[in-house]
Amino acid sequence: MRTILILFAHPRFEHSVVNRALVDMATGIPNVTLHDLYEQYPDYEIDIHLEQELLLAHQVVIWHHPFYWYSCPPLLKQWIDVVLEYNWAYGTKGTHLSGKYIFNAITTGGALSAYQKEGRNHYTVNELLAPFEQTAALCMMEYLPPFAVQGTHRITETELQDQATAYKKLLTYISNEKNDLEVLKENTFLNDFLIKTPQHGQ
Amino acid sequence: MGSDFLLQALVYMGAAILCVPLAKKLGMGSVLGYLVAGILIGPFVLGFIGSEGDDIMHFAEFGVVMLLFLIGLDLTPSRLWELRKTILGTGMSQFLVTMILVSTIAYFIGMNWQASLAIGMSLAMSSTAIVLQSLKETNQLNTVAGRNSFSVLLFQDIAVVPILAILPLLAFSPVEYTNGDEASILEWMPGWLQALSVLGIIAAVLVLGRFVVPHFLKFVARTGIRELFTAAALLLVVGIAFLMTLVSLSPAMGTFVAGVILANSSFRHELETDLEPFKGLLLGLFFMAVGASINFNLFVENPMSILGLTIGIVILKAIILLVIGKVMKLPADQNLIMSLGLAQVGEFAFVTLTFTGQLRIISPDETGLLMAVIATTMVATPLLILINEKFILPRLNKSKDDERVADSIDEKNKIIIAGFSGFGSTVGRFLRANGVEATILDNDADRVELLRKMGFKVYFGDVTRYDLLHSAGAADADILISAIDDHPTNIKLIETARKHFPNLELMIRAKNRYDAYELMNLDIKEIYREGIDVSLRMGVQVMKKLGYRSYTMHRSALKFMKYDEQSMHELYKVRHDENKYISASRKQIALQEDILSNDTNQKPNLSDHAWDSEELKKNTE
Repeated sequence: MRTILILFAHPRFEHSVVNRALVDMATGIPNVTLHDLYEQYPDYEIDIHLEQELLLAHQVVIWHHPFYWYSCPPLLKQWIDVVLEYNWAYGTKGTHLSGKYIFNAITTGGALSAYQKEGRNHYTVNELLAPFEQTAALCMMEYLPPFAVQGTHRITETELQDQATAYKKLLTYISNEKNDLEVLKENTFLNDFLIKTPQHGQ
Repeated sequence: MGSDFLLQALVYMGAAILCVPLAKKLGMGSVLGYLVAGILIGPFVLGFIGSEGDDIMHFAEFGVVMLLFLIGLDLTPSRLWELRKTILGTGMSQFLVTMILVSTIAYFIGMNWQASLAIGMSLAMSSTAIVLQSLKETNQLNTVAGRNSFSVLLFQDIAVVPILAILPLLAFSPVEYTNGDEASILEWMPGWLQALSVLGIIAAVLVLGRFVVPHFLKFVARTGIRELFTAAALLLVVGIAFLMTLVSLSPAMGTFVAGVILANSSFRHELETDLEPFKGLLLGLFFMAVGASINFNLFVENPMSILGLTIGIVILKAIILLVIGKVMKLPADQNLIMSLGLAQVGEFAFVTLTFTGQLRIISPDETGLLMAVIATTMVATPLLILINEKFILPRLNKSKDDERVADSIDEKNKIIIAGFSGFGSTVGRFLRANGVEATILDNDADRVELLRKMGFKVYFGDVTRYDLLHSAGAADADILISAIDDHPTNIKLIETARKHFPNLELMIRAKNRYDAYELMNLDIKEIYREGIDVSLRMGVQVMKKLGYRSYTMHRSALKFMKYDEQSMHELYKVRHDENKYISASRKQIALQEDILSNDTNQKPNLSDHAWDSEELKKNTE
């Protein structure tokens, strides 16, 4: 069994419908630790030691957050700033995270079509996530494509349920040690992978 | 005389203490227990008490007066106004329909119309004491059934006034209106003056209750002598009852009105707390007197007619109420609770029947028979309620359980704040700013007054007392916050709350480290040492003035607070060994100094390397 750490960051979670559905699906899966950063650190004083212990205890890490201003909410950025210490996460002696898998699970208000060269946002989500990809690379982690629920401003109840179920399937797939994670890299979105392989190993 | 009194007290209390817990154990209300106790000690079973039952009854009726006062205290004028429809709808129709039907039946079985009318009016009454006590005991006063029952009883209480006025008019021979017990000062007055005096007294009660009584109570509370406040509460009730009897009004009605007026006052809880035991005991005495007064000789002589009449009356009254309930669109289960509950004939019929007897409207034999029937209906009530609860209702609302539960929930706050000084009031204001109302208790009369002027719901009383916590809704609340600065009071409060309300999560204010240790000894998880946050905020500002960066100092303060909390827990473990304590204490202080001086003096950052490029630079060199 692979252990999964979801670093969840949402400054106004009580008003979020989509993330509520995703989080509800994620809770209760064995080996998945849901770590609600805004609930744990309302004053932004992150317990660095605790966070590093958590990272060591898990094999796969997910930055789960809404995609605010083409990036993550400030507490998650603060987490990256203070937890990924020099000579612990990166640098000559910083090898503690090497080989672990990491990816972003995000929600965007705009639809997929808006995140195109011709669209309103001019860049794709994958391009905009480059800082996270490079952060992972510096820590010698394996960065996977994002899981993205897009167009949340207009999402229907059925679409939302489909996406939430997809998230659960993805987590279940990852948590099974027999499943290969390298194949996930071939997708643009992890959502696509789930569509391609409807019957995944348990 | 002295030993006589003691013997009587012994008999009454002994019987009550034997029978009531037994009744409770068997799943019946206390009312039935008292009634059975009364029957046992009465002249027909053990014969401990005899003819003095009547006097006891008069004395004990004061329990009903207190009951009405306490019920008034629970009803603010605005809530009473909301009840106006049920009082006039359910209440008036119950009284009129029952009176007319009973009178008609009595007339057709051969009584003259005067006697029929007198009997009709008497039997239409239900027992305020039994019904309200049972509803209160089972927490049903705020349900649909409770509200409707209450409205019916209230209307009946109001109707007492005209009934007493009409009865003399029904007498055959112009008998002098001699009511030995209630010497009215109005007799010699002309009619218009009488009416005026009655209105005057009512107005006086209203004005006194609204403007004078709160000041009076505050004055008494300030003396800080507990029993004086109890005396004042009793004086209040006795005084109003006396005023009412002066003008031949029902004392129960009068005290009820006074209660409603005081329902918004800050002394409400304290009054309730002080009067509750008196009310309970007097009512118990009243029920015992009813039990003792049942004439079993009549039972032996003609059992069939007594049983037949009892069953007939109960069924008739219940059916009338059921129909009215149906018309008023009460849910079926609530309708049953109300109808069966109110099916007995009330204590007030004893008064009217004695009166009718004196007026020779009906014969002594008939009076005795009716009295026995009335007492039997009263004894039957708790049994009926029991049968309804155990056998009828479970069948009726298997599917509707949820609805019923939701209905009976009283609107009580989930949070109770004890102590409303600056500390508590800040907590309360913050909760309120987020839309959460708390029930607030405080024992400083002046502060209660002031805060109420500022629009807070604050109640006066000694928070360490079980009964105040109980009436504040501690049984239904989730969290009890103690914002009290006096440590011994806190300890007492914790003990009371733990013992009676294990449902409450306790969040306690501590003055300093040492108080906090004692709270930890009591296994309190949520301890809030006062001042620590504020001192650190002040410290941060000082550092800023000295030129340090604001955010760095802010983080430093948060860190400091965390370490401080940790060091407190470590110190707690070793605190019993004095030497160890001192050395450990020094160690802790040294540790704190270390943390802060390392963070600020060595490098103006904290012990972590966040946003610190010094080491990176070192490695690139």
